[in-house]
Amino acid sequence: MNLVIDIVDENRKSIVNLSGEIDAYTAPKLKEAILPLTKHSGHLVEVNLEEVNYMDSTGLGIFISALKSTKENDSQMKLANLQDRVLRLFKITGLDNIIEINAAIRGGNE
Amino acid sequence: MTNFDFIEMKFPAKAEYVGVARLSISGIANRMGFTYEDIEDLKVAISEAITNAVTHAYHEDDKGEVTIGFGVYENRLEVMVADHGGSFNLNEIKNGIGPYKSNESVENLREGGFGLFLINALMDKVQINNNFGVIVLMTKYLNETEVGFDDDQISTTQ
Repeated sequence: MNLVIDIVDENRKSIVNLSGEIDAYTAPKLKEAILPLTKHSGHLVEVNLEEVNYMDSTGLGIFISALKSTKENDSQMKLANLQDRVLRLFKITGLDNIIEINAAIRGGNE
Repeated sequence: MTNFDFIEMKFPAKAEYVGVARLSISGIANRMGFTYEDIEDLKVAISEAITNAVTHAYHEDDKGEVTIGFGVYENRLEVMVADHGGSFNLNEIKNGIGPYKSNESVENLREGGFGLFLINALMDKVQINNNFGVIVLMTKYLNETEVGFDDDQISTTQ
């Protein structure tokens, strides 16, 4: 019941590899890791959620604040490789229309 | 109909115990014969309810408890999440929930307030009592085929 955050910095891009669960306990740590990456103009933040097997609204909140920050700082964020259950929450809340989500979904369609 | 098992747990109102509550409900729902998808829904719903209790009710000091009750019926699971510490403004929260529309501008996006919306979306029945602290009572039904699989007599005529 934890979240491992591994950030790989490339030239104008950071890949954030997440593994574990995003909930009220792990969310503050994730926010601290992701928000600073969105502060650089022109920077792309790619969040790889392939190993995230649980997420709830606390995670949605973080990605919303990160998205806001990208708009303020002229950077970009993409979410990639969401598991079905995690993607489902973005769909239920309509956030899949607002946040850029990579089409390569593990586990096929619902 | 009135025959059911009741399980009660008390947790400190701290975020690190939300995951423990998820494991508990996962075990109970699995024993009852819920599907994988339903169990995942239950895990999110109970987490949202507890997160609400932890972040709203006990904002000031870290003390306090969250009480969780599981009513295990033949055809459904009732989950009660109660905090008796404080209360939050229910109307304010109800007004702030709902799915996004694609034409909403990013600046206006809410960062919170999804908890109750998700509970409503994922559970079959939700009641909220806001008189003394906050009590969320939510129900998920086993659907008929699952009840069949949950019977002791798995074998059919051969």
